[in-house]
Amino acid sequence: MNVLVGLGGSDESIKTLRQTIDRTEAVGDDLTVAVLEKPESKRSQEEMQEEAAELLTAADVDADVITLEGDPGSSLVNYAEQGEFDQLVIGGGTLSPMGKIQLGPITEFVLLNAPTTVKLVR
Amino acid sequence: MSGTRPYPDEPSGPFPSPTTTLEDRDGRQIDIVALDSFADESLEDVVEMYVQFDPEDRAQGIPPTGEQRIRDWLEAIAENTVNVVARHDGDVVGHAMLVPDTGDPAAIDDPGDIEWELAIFVLQAYQRAGIGTELLEGLLGHAIDVGIERVWLTVERWNNPAIALYERVGFEATGTESFEQEMAIFLGE
Repeated sequence: MNVLVGLGGSDESIKTLRQTIDRTEAVGDDLTVAVLEKPESKRSQEEMQEEAAELLTAADVDADVITLEGDPGSSLVNYAEQGEFDQLVIGGGTLSPMGKIQLGPITEFVLLNAPTTVKLVR
Repeated sequence: MSGTRPYPDEPSGPFPSPTTTLEDRDGRQIDIVALDSFADESLEDVVEMYVQFDPEDRAQGIPPTGEQRIRDWLEAIAENTVNVVARHDGDVVGHAMLVPDTGDPAAIDDPGDIEWELAIFVLQAYQRAGIGTELLEGLLGHAIDVGIERVWLTVERWNNPAIALYERVGFEATGTESFEQEMAIFLGE
């Protein structure tokens, strides 16, 4: 399967990538990692790109790491639409102090607009 | 004050401080009571309520299902929560709480400096009887008593009855909107 994972720069993004790498190794998927432009994130786009490359190298998984500029949701869906992807993977939301699952506007946009299957990683 | 959410400029209230008593629309006598501590017996009473709770009315993953997962959830957030319950014949039939939006226990020393997340649940057999409004107002009254100024919540965007209830007591929608609507209330300084 040809998988595209979209990442911001949060700890949740790291978790999403780790789980996606594990899955890629287990089933032999083709993986592309897209680092999105989210200036408010904990890690900058460059830092996230470097960290993603390190995690892939450490796991010995061969994957393209690209960066996408502009609005994160629409740039990711647009990229997925242009390529031959079977599945789009994104983070599955954050937890509020109370423990409520919160899905942000990017998640909502991707779920409502992506032409592919979308996987939310928890 | 920390945090980035927008809050209304004008304070809401006043709200009644617990303990209060009401007769609900079905003629049941309901006591709205603030819990001094949230451990042992008081926590078990609330666990018992959530065990009875119909999972169809869960929101955003809470309450969890199953007694052990319910207890784990409440124990994990119990320490610094502010809790008000609705009791009928001694049983907890509704629970409203505020959870501090900080990972720093020292910040709790001044409740007015931090933001508090609100949640409220009423058992299905006690819904649409006026209890939710009294419970919510009782929690906000108690919050003012303990010095809390800023309270926020998220509610599923299609849950119009809940949004109407929150608006009635003074919550306003904040800018953030996706599947959940975020709302905030200012209780005064």
